[in-house]
Parts: sequence; C-alpha cells; structure tokens
Amino acid sequence: MSTPLKFYQVGSFAVGNRLLGDEQLSVQSRSDRTNSLTSGHRACQGCGEALGARYVMDAAMAATDGKVIAVNATGCLEVFSTPYPETSWRLPWMHSLFGNAAPVATGVAFALKAQGRSDIRVVAQGGDGGTVDIGFGPLSGMFERNDDVLYVCYDNEAYMNTGVQRSGATPPAARTNTTHAVGENPGASFTQGKNLPKIAMAHGIPYVATASVSDLHDLEEKVTKAMSMHGARYLHVLVPCPLGWGTRSEETIKLARLATESGLFPVYEAEDGVVTATKKIRKQVPVDEYLQIQKRFSHLFGPKGNPELVKAIQEIANRNIAEFDLLGEAQ
Amino acid sequence: MLQQIEGSKAVAETIAACMPDVVCAYPISPQTHIVEALDELTRLGKIGNCQFVNVESEFSAMSVAIGASATGARTYTATASQGLLFMVEPVYNASGLGLPIVMTVANRAIGSPINIWNDQSDSMSQRDSGWIQLYAQDNQSAADLHILAFRLAEELSLPVMVCMDGFILTHAMEEIDVADIDLVQKYLPKFAPRQVLDPQDPVSIGAMVGPEAFTEVKYLGHFKQLKALEIIPELSEQFEEVFGRPAAGPDDYKGLVTKYHLEDAEVVLVALGSVLGTIKDAVDEHRKNGIKVGAMGITSFRPFPLDEVRKSLKHAQKIVVVERAFAPGVGGIVSSNIRTALSAIDIKINTVVAGLGGRPITLKSISELVDKALYGSLPEFSFMDLDVELVERELERNLLTRRSGPMAENLLKDLGTR
Ligand SMILES: Cc1ncc(C[n+]2csc(CCOP(=O)(O)OP(=O)(O)O)c2C)c(N)n1
Ligand code: SF4
Ligand SMILES: [Mg+2]
Repeated sequence: MSTPLKFYQVGSFAVGNRLLGDEQLSVQSRSDRTNSLTSGHRACQGCGEALGARYVMDAAMAATDGKVIAVNATGCLEVFSTPYPETSWRLPWMHSLFGNAAPVATGVAFALKAQGRSDIRVVAQGGDGGTVDIGFGPLSGMFERNDDVLYVCYDNEAYMNTGVQRSGATPPAARTNTTHAVGENPGASFTQGKNLPKIAMAHGIPYVATASVSDLHDLEEKVTKAMSMHGARYLHVLVPCPLGWGTRSEETIKLARLATESGLFPVYEAEDGVVTATKKIRKQVPVDEYLQIQKRFSHLFGPKGNPELVKAIQEIANRNIAEFDLLGEAQ
Repeated sequence: MLQQIEGSKAVAETIAACMPDVVCAYPISPQTHIVEALDELTRLGKIGNCQFVNVESEFSAMSVAIGASATGARTYTATASQGLLFMVEPVYNASGLGLPIVMTVANRAIGSPINIWNDQSDSMSQRDSGWIQLYAQDNQSAADLHILAFRLAEELSLPVMVCMDGFILTHAMEEIDVADIDLVQKYLPKFAPRQVLDPQDPVSIGAMVGPEAFTEVKYLGHFKQLKALEIIPELSEQFEEVFGRPAAGPDDYKGLVTKYHLEDAEVVLVALGSVLGTIKDAVDEHRKNGIKVGAMGITSFRPFPLDEVRKSLKHAQKIVVVERAFAPGVGGIVSSNIRTALSAIDIKINTVVAGLGGRPITLKSISELVDKALYGSLPEFSFMDLDVELVERELERNLLTRRSGPMAENLLKDLGTR
C-alpha cells in the first residue's frame, strides 16, 4: 500500500504539485486548462472570489470535456468579470438577477434535457448574499427538486459588491458598513447564523461540500467529484475579500487557511445528507491569530478591545471542532 | 376540432400543440386549470420531450423560463395577480434580455384586500415592462392568440403576455375549435433563437450596461414593440389563411383592435377583454332603437396601435372607455393611451372603471352608460355601480374617531350587519 499523499511534504503549506505524478497534477497546472475565467478582469488584488471561481470553472470544464454553461448571480464576480466590451468568460455564461441564479440554472438544465443534450452540464454561482439571503428560497426549491445543477457559493461573508454590508453569512462581531463597530454590541450580532452547507444537507441532496481557497487541490477535487454526479449539488467556498475584511492582498490564502486551521470554517463533504469526509486541522491555531490580522475585527483587540467577544468566537470554533471531529485522525 | 371545453383546457391543449420544450408553473387561481392540464399532457407524452417544472414561487417560474429560453427552448408559463407581482423582477429581466417567452395572465385583481376575482389590474401593472400584451375577448381567441404569440415572440425575440379574464374566460365551458397540431406546426416554425447558451459558440449574456449604451438597448426594446405593430397584422393574416378564422375573434381588425359597428358610430365604447361581449350586446340593443353606438376592442395593448385607434375613433362624437383597472390618483389607464392616439382631435372621452375584483358588469349598467353618455350626464371619470352610501358611511366613521380600524373590514361589517 502506498503512503497517502500529503500536500505539505514540501515543508511549506503550499500545494506541492511538482511532487505529483501527471495524473494527479491539478487542473490549474496543466497546459490544457481552459482559462474559463481568464485574466484581465477587474477584481481587487488578492480577491479570493476570483481565485476560487477560476479554479472551480476550469475544473468543471476539465471534468466535462469543456461543456459547461455557467449562470451567475449579481455580485462582485458578475460585475468584475464582464465590464463590456470585455468579458472574462470563455464559456457560455449568463447573468439574470441577484436572487435567481439557481432557478435560471434549473431552466438551462431542463432546456438541455428537453433537447437531449445530456453532455452539457450546468454550474450556477453566487456570493453569500445571493445564496444565503435573497436567493435562498429559490435555491432551496432547486435542492428539493434535485435539479441537475452544481451551485457554488463564494462566501466572502458580506455584501461586497454594494460596499460591504452585513449578510446572513457575516460572522459575529465583524464590522461591516451596516454593523458598525460602535456602541454596546460592536459589529455583527451573535446570532445562530445561517449555515447553508448544513441546510443543503438537510435537503438530502446527493453532494454537499465546503472548501477553502487555501487548499485549491481539494477545491478542484470536489468540483471534479461534483461534476461526476447528477442532481442538485452544493459547494460552499470560503473566499477572503481584502477590501471587505480589511486585509492585505497577499494574505488571502493565509487567511483562508487560518479560518480552517482555527476551526471557524470546517471543510467537509457530505453525500445524501451524511458527512462522508472532513479535512482535519493540522496545526490548530487560536482564533485570535485569524481575527487579529483583519480590520473588520480590530475593535476586539488592543487596549479598548473586547476579549469576551474573542472568547465567544473561540467557543464557536471549539463547537465546530467537536462537531466535525476536526482534530481527529486523518482519514 | 370543435369541442365543448373549458377555456383553461383549450388554452392548455393549444399550448401543447405549440410543442414547448419547457413549461414551468406555480399555482394561483384562476390560472391553475391551465397548468394542471399541461402537467397531465406532458406526463402523457403528448408534448414530445417537454419538461414540466414545478417551482416554488413565481419568481422562480419566470427565472426558470429565462434560463430555458436562453438555452434555446420554447418556453411557456402562466400566472395571475399576486403571482405576476411576485415575478416582476424577472418579468422585466426577460424583456430586457429579449427572450421570447410566452405567458398567460389569467387576469385577477391585486390585493390588498385579497380578492381572487377578475379585473385587469395585474397585467395593467406590467404594461411598461417591455412585454407585448395581447387581450383575449373570448375563449376561442384566448386559445388562438397563444399560437400567434409564440410566432410573434420568436420573430421579434421579445416576450408576450396573453391576457384572458380570470374565471369569466378561464373557467367557462364553451364550444371551441382547438387548433389542430398539424396546422399549428404549419403556422409556427421551429424556434430559431437569436441568442443561445452554447458551448460550441460561447457568449456572455446579461452583462452590466452603463450610460454609454443603456438608452440604445431600451430604444431597441421600444423599436421591437413598434415593429410588432407591423408584424401582428401580417401574422394575423397568415393565421386566418391557415386556420380559417382570425386569431383575435370575429370582429378582428389586423390583430390590433376589434371593430363592432364602428363605421357610423357616434358613441363608441372601448374596452379590453371579455367585457366586450356584454358591450356588443348593449350596442345591438341601442342599434335596434336607432341609436348609433359602436364598440372597439383593443387586442394589442402593448404595443398600443395609436394609428389604428385614431383612424377608428376620430369620427366618433363620444368615447366611453370601460376600464378593468385604474391609476389611483389620476384616473384611467387605457383612456390616457386613447387620448394620446386622439391628441389634437376634440372628442370627449369618458372613463368608467368597472368590474373591479369580480363585480359583475351587467348589460343594464352598460346600457345606462350609453344613455348617460348620450345625454351628457356621464362624469369624465367615474366608477360603475359604486356603492356611494357605503363609502360615505366609512368616511363618516373616519371623522368620528381617529382609530377607526381597518377599512376593508369596516365595509364588510357594515354590509353584513345592516
Ligand atoms: C433585488 C436586488 N437587491 C439588491 C441588489 C443590490 N446588490 C447587488 S450585488 C449585492 C451584494 C452581493 O453580495 P454577495 O452575494 O455576497 O456577493 P459579493 O459581491 O459579496 O461577491 C447587492 C446587495 C440587487 N442587485 N438586486
Ligand atoms: S470587493 Fe472583495 S470580493 Fe469584490 S472584487 Fe474586491 S476582493 Fe473580490
Ligand atoms: Mg459576499
């Protein structure tokens, strides 16, 4: 039996493509990658969403012999990718509204079915706002009907395109322009949150996964796997946003990793409503390490800081770690 | 084939003969019988490989239609009232994108107060949505206009609403000649989309457009509507050649308007939809007494046939527009369009709002209307059969106390306990 591959064999946390055999190379490192979201778009430097979308679409294209139709919700990804006369999309792509990416994709899927084009596949994508808030009802309908669509949510934890306002996916205590870091309870409130991967699982759909741009190999694998399946599939990708989070452009990957290594963003897969795999934390970090380098949490630290809130956030991470056994033995 | 059939069923069978690829639906009275029948027809394999999609809201119904149409599928949906309002955002999106979706609106009032009965405030609220709007007078034209609608939509790459009065038409049993599928196929060529999502030839659809071209995109939407004024007469003529009857009913004129005893009419009643039946009876009655009354129906409300309306009405002395909806704070909707058509022509136009929320429009009331118009006692803007006393009693209650309570419930209580 060969030793299971670990991507940190190179000593750093970088994915060690050069250590891999040809068949294990990432789609992105291959010369025949499709560049479906090609360069020249207008995303900010270090945009996690642009990075995530690029990997997702190229992997989806590779898995389907280049036969993907993409549907996009309104949001940063839609706006920065199509400043006409330029478009970054080198695949058939459609944007309709903010809240309807899922049902538009359903329409595409049923049209293809009517036409007998089972070879062409559909991917819908939206931000966290388009997914967990305004497009939630239609998305749930798409899940419940088990329409043949992969829906990808790029979660940057706020409405970024409109200038950083709170969404249902904004984490507790985070400062946004509608959850100012002033008053008695600075930042977003400590609510139950809207955990869409779990809600998707509750629909019993064939495939649900979370992923992070800190592990792009894992992201590609999940897309590839999702495209090998039929029915409603949901992929939730954590994509740090330097502008909205108040972070340095070059720290996007680091932030995505700290989110997973602290336990705040569990990375897992589920099939038919049951968790089948979790990414274990390699080296646990306290949430402070993740929070401290983000301006949206700066009110929690320093002399006027709020250690109680940091503690409360740590408890959220601890709950995730226990629920998903994130510190357990790697499978 | 002639058959005794419910209006909704006739529409459903006609849609089936148009062989749509995707039908999506969310139920709302009085549209339900149409989509129920289409579900059955699809399951029985009567519509080829058609996909029937049960969605969770009208917002999604129109969104599914948008995705399907953009993928080159002939696409149909139906709604009414609150459902039409619930899908307003994608309704505008579909016309902005130029997607040839056909939708039936089974006309019904809009709440509050919630009311399931017929008027036309729902489709009238979407008159500026960029969709073409055709209004059916009877069930034969309701069915037939859908065939013309697909042809028109696909010719122009613009969505079309076929509006038929809820219950009055949708639930009425009548003898109807449901178009034969072979004839429909002869009239309606295979859908050849102008834009399509296709991996062989990838395009981006739905990009943001700024001030540099937004006006032009909108202008082209307007241009297509005006183009429809030329195409509808052609398609109507071809329809008559193939099916042996006009699509818009017996008094059809070029698919744009209908004319009933207009030639020498001094008083003309103008309306949209099924009320024209009652109006024509009133015309007959008055004609028997030697009074020169006529009726004009508007089949194509969007685009609005300004020229045809002007030509048809300019010799009239009095025009009474019977409206099944109105613009609160101003008055008539249809009449303001009629006035545009007659600008610089000095003819008195009276607007009568009638049949809101299912209130019957009786022959008696219409006949009285004609009399009042003749004797000059008809106000410029009025509500037919308004219970003035009921309204006044509520206004009094409002004066008596600040916290007078919910208006609609007060009126019902007043009526029920007097
Ligand atoms: C119906 C509607 N409401 C509000 C908006 C304004 N709007 C456009 S994009 C957006 C935020 C998008 O946030 P998200 O989905 O999280 O995507 P992001 O930009 O963060 O990637 C909002 C609020 C809109 N376009 N449509
Ligand atoms: S605001 Fe955030 S999500 Fe939007 S382009 Fe910039 S970095 Fe990306
Ligand atoms: Mg967002």
